[in-house]
Amino acid sequence: MRSWTFCLISVAVAAIVFVLARLLDNDYVFFAGYTVLQFVVLSTAWNILGGYCGYVNFGTAAFFALGAYSTVFFHKTYPLPIPVLLIIAAVVSGLVGLGTGYLTLRLRGAFFAIATLALAVVLQTLVVNWNYVGGSRGAYVIRPAEVDLLILKLSYIQYLFAIMILLAVAALVIARTIERSKLGYGFATIRDDELAAEASGVPTLKLKLIATTLSGALMGMAGAPFPYYIGYLEPASAFGLPYAVNSIAMPMIGGTTTWVGPLIGTLLLGTLQQIATVTISSAVNLLLVGILLVAFVIIAPNGIVGLVQPHLRNMGWSWPRSSKLKASESASAASSRSTRST
Amino acid sequence: MYVSADLLVNALIAGLLLGGFYAAVTVGISVSFGILDIVNIAHPGFIILGSYIAYIVNAQFGLDPIVIGIIALPAFYALGAVTYQVYYVSFEKRGQEALRGLAFFFGLLFITEVMLILVFGVDYRYVNAAYVDTSYSLGLIHLPMRMVVPCLMSLLMLALLQLFLTRTFYGRAIMAVSQDQLALQLMAADPIKIKRMAFAISIATCSMAGAFLIVIQPIEPSIGREYIGRVFAICVLGGLGSIPGTLIAAMLLGIVESFTATFYGPSWGPAVSFGLLLLTLAVRPAGLLGR
Repeated sequence: MRSWTFCLISVAVAAIVFVLARLLDNDYVFFAGYTVLQFVVLSTAWNILGGYCGYVNFGTAAFFALGAYSTVFFHKTYPLPIPVLLIIAAVVSGLVGLGTGYLTLRLRGAFFAIATLALAVVLQTLVVNWNYVGGSRGAYVIRPAEVDLLILKLSYIQYLFAIMILLAVAALVIARTIERSKLGYGFATIRDDELAAEASGVPTLKLKLIATTLSGALMGMAGAPFPYYIGYLEPASAFGLPYAVNSIAMPMIGGTTTWVGPLIGTLLLGTLQQIATVTISSAVNLLLVGILLVAFVIIAPNGIVGLVQPHLRNMGWSWPRSSKLKASESASAASSRSTRST
Repeated sequence: MYVSADLLVNALIAGLLLGGFYAAVTVGISVSFGILDIVNIAHPGFIILGSYIAYIVNAQFGLDPIVIGIIALPAFYALGAVTYQVYYVSFEKRGQEALRGLAFFFGLLFITEVMLILVFGVDYRYVNAAYVDTSYSLGLIHLPMRMVVPCLMSLLMLALLQLFLTRTFYGRAIMAVSQDQLALQLMAADPIKIKRMAFAISIATCSMAGAFLIVIQPIEPSIGREYIGRVFAICVLGGLGSIPGTLIAAMLLGIVESFTATFYGPSWGPAVSFGLLLLTLAVRPAGLLGR
């Protein structure tokens, strides 16, 4: 499937989902759906660096909160429409990602992971001590009741839902395009054997910085509409550990090597969490995520996609890769297996 | 800004005492991350577990928390051995420690925290011991015993560990496994067994560190997260795996944090260690006493 076909199909799917959600005429669907979609963006963004390059980012919450707090800042200074805020958030979070990456990506992978953990705490301390954006008391962001687009009137939550679903489509299209491009193969070489890649002339630092910036920017964009969604933003919730855990758990459970993995993982885990939060309690739902994460990394290292893919191959499918790439893909899989077993 | 000598001296003393405690918290990471190269970000989770064990036993039987820490050492050693075995079989053996191993430890940290929240709630818990509320004054200097006792015990623990690593056969084997695993195999020693032992020791230190922690301050389950930055900052600054380096770096961080808290306010505290970590990584990743 060509990229633009995929793009059209996913926009169509998004439109159908949106229309169906409107037909249900229940605001809860939009509130719950927004959260799930937000995690589609976050886990896809995490996967660009974590799944494709093999560098673990524990700082999802930091990038997400950067996006959210840049919205709060502009809400207080000079209110801007959400699409503009998305771009601002992308720039801010992308630059922070680039900076962190530049400082730590030249070292071993573990240092990057630790630095991202550190980043979340440093930024949280800065926000707690910054009174303009609410400090530790938090900030109220009143959302308008509804919004007038050219032809249709939407309630604000429907508007946010529509933005988030478009953002999710954009994230998936970006991830899928990367996967099939030269960039994606560069990322895969880093993941499989960075030393060999460097020796073969792959500009690993440059590629890693591209991945970190892109991934950070997408996470920031996911955070930008959040203050309008939640209405009241305080540091502890914006920097909450659930963001970091979910954005790691969802791709790990779904499968990290393709764009489908994070999507499957998020839809499963996100929906499960929405149900568990309502029926049991939010602490139990987090425990569930933690246990699933540990269980999957031990038992099914390639996630659900890894469990399903061999069966599909046997049935003659080449999904989710196009047949053109199948030969080279299986060759690279074989070579990566051989480098790992040593 | 006028700073009285009184304030300055006491901030320095408080920093040194805090640093002694930080050394106990970090020494486990110096062994697991510094020597074995296992990025155990769940380490603070094990420390909080140690604190809660001290809390339960202290509340039930009124035993001294640090004695409880010593009694619980074998249990933590066993826990560490089991954790390493799972980690080895699932990740290290398959060469997947970089991505999935990290996710595994992150999951462990998260599970410990949420379990403790489910069982104990988010209330602050504390222990009772004779020295928790007493303090002595020597002229200008105030010495709160709840800081002095953990600091001295921690120095003792570090000294014992350093002796073990440099003077005994198994200790030297642990140092050897970090340098050349293959060579160790050629000497007919099993590197996996040595690594399991070293990792178990690193988790055993959590029992002591947890007891110190609950003596120093009341705790709640999510407090462990604050220590992730501290332990890695100290470990990296100290030069990965060097115990004297760990002590020096811990003292340094203790002093810097104490001064920040005294002169700028405690709300800036968490940023200090992480700032120091980022600075170290950017300027001198080999640390102070790096090899």
